[in-house]
Amino acid sequence: MSADFDVRHTAHLARLELSEAEAAKFQSQLSQILSYVEQLKEVDVSGVDPTAQTAHTVNVFRQDAEREWFTSEQALANAPRQANHLFIVPKVIE
Amino acid sequence: MATRYIPTIGLEVHVQLKTRSKMFCGCPVEYGAEPNSHTCPVCLGYPGALPVMNETALRMTALTGLMLNCKIAEVCKFDRKNYFYPDMPKNYQISQYDRPICEEGGVPLHDLAYPKDAQKAIQHPGKIVKLVRIHLEEDVAKSTHFETSTGIDFNRAGTPLMEIVSEPDIDSPEEAFAYLSALQQILVYGGVSDADMEKGQMRCDCNVSVRPEGTTELGTKIEIKNMNTISGVRRALAFEIERQIEVLSKGGSLAQETRRWDDGLGQTSLMRIKESAHDYRYFPEPDLLPVDTRVFMEEVRKQRPELPAEKRERFVQSYGITDYDAAVLAADRALADYFELAARGTSKPKALANWILNDLLSALSDAGETIRECRVTAAQLAALLSIIDSGTINAGQGKAVFADMLRTGKDATVIVEEKGLKQESDLGAIEALCQKSIDANPKAVEEYRGGKTASINFLKGQVMKLSQGKANPAIVGEILARLLG
Repeated sequence: MSADFDVRHTAHLARLELSEAEAAKFQSQLSQILSYVEQLKEVDVSGVDPTAQTAHTVNVFRQDAEREWFTSEQALANAPRQANHLFIVPKVIE
Repeated sequence: MATRYIPTIGLEVHVQLKTRSKMFCGCPVEYGAEPNSHTCPVCLGYPGALPVMNETALRMTALTGLMLNCKIAEVCKFDRKNYFYPDMPKNYQISQYDRPICEEGGVPLHDLAYPKDAQKAIQHPGKIVKLVRIHLEEDVAKSTHFETSTGIDFNRAGTPLMEIVSEPDIDSPEEAFAYLSALQQILVYGGVSDADMEKGQMRCDCNVSVRPEGTTELGTKIEIKNMNTISGVRRALAFEIERQIEVLSKGGSLAQETRRWDDGLGQTSLMRIKESAHDYRYFPEPDLLPVDTRVFMEEVRKQRPELPAEKRERFVQSYGITDYDAAVLAADRALADYFELAARGTSKPKALANWILNDLLSALSDAGETIRECRVTAAQLAALLSIIDSGTINAGQGKAVFADMLRTGKDATVIVEEKGLKQESDLGAIEALCQKSIDANPKAVEEYRGGKTASINFLKGQVMKLSQGKANPAIVGEILARLLG
């Protein structure tokens, strides 16, 4: 896997612009990290069910009840631009 | 000979659930509130804020799955779908990827779900459009595009959104119309959504391709967005199928693209070409634990309502009304409930169905009202029918009384009393009128006695006129026959 790792693709997905030097540096560093993590493949997990959780529990729910939190003034307090209670961002092309 | 092309359509329908609070936080779900007034650190995507699942939204999605005959997963989970867009400040949407709540199932298309002009020529009667899956996710914020900027309102961000994905199992724009109206009906029946497309409570993306008849490989798939009515979906698909066929039959080729429907212009236009498959880097949402649906499924099963098709069948069975009448009544849950409530107070459910489907519905449609706003209650309509049935007033008077009831909300008996409409059943008085009409119409009497029995109807009409419509027509007939006998 580490050999297939393409830092340019990952940078594009993260919307990061990398210089040639940065690309080379991160390609090598991130590849090393991946190789390190790959050591996990040596563990025998044939008797273990795959999971994405370690909490060993399920169903942590809320009841469907509403509560107030921010007013729109509070929600917009840190907005660089706002108008008519809306966050204003550069025009988005659909 | 020109090649015939076969369309293939698949629909992705997003449905807003009718919960009180959002999917992962307690902010209220309310349409039309002041922008950004229903927000908190969770739905604004603040770092470190943690989501907690709304159990009602999960139950509603499972209920939808039950109503559509899906397999309900015993265990499902949420995943992150990663992309950048200002309507989603976390830079990922919490959705379900490989383990959705519901899989398979289908939407049955009944005749009345088709557009009116297409109901006479339904290609596949009784068709059930197969589903791939139903999953739950969070809605994104609402963007409003201005000349040089975009405004974002996060009130909608994080509200529960159910996505229903069909197989590419739909063959025509009319079938797509039927699919959406049948689906909408079921969602309303289950109380999971109001599913009004114009209000954005139900939104639909269409995938459509065409292929030459006799081939099996599907053509290039084109996605259409931005439709806000069910009839708009039908028109957009009809336009797009024509467009694709035209391109292909001129020897051209189609690219995978997303197009936008403009209902005013009646055409689709290019939004963007799909250059490469999206790479959403889905991974399990580490902030949420899996859901074991078994803890609530028993209760959800009890919530499953009688569905339109089942209700229709039962109405035919228990009330002896026609299949068509039953279908029209069952198509609208409120109307069906009204009928059933009124049927308790009458011995003539067939007549009741006629009154509801003809007089009541046309009056409501003239007034632009729904059955919920109707001033005449089900019990009041039943009472009207029973005084017509008992002969207190005749059918013609009944219509006039009904019109007054719709306007004033008064009981039929009150209106009859006020207007002095009570039918004349005093035999002596009716006999006098009958004699009067016989004396005044010797020609009709002669004809009747000469064997032209239909002439009695003329005399009967004269008696009714003399009585100003108040005489009981059945009694008039009997007396005339005896006097002429």
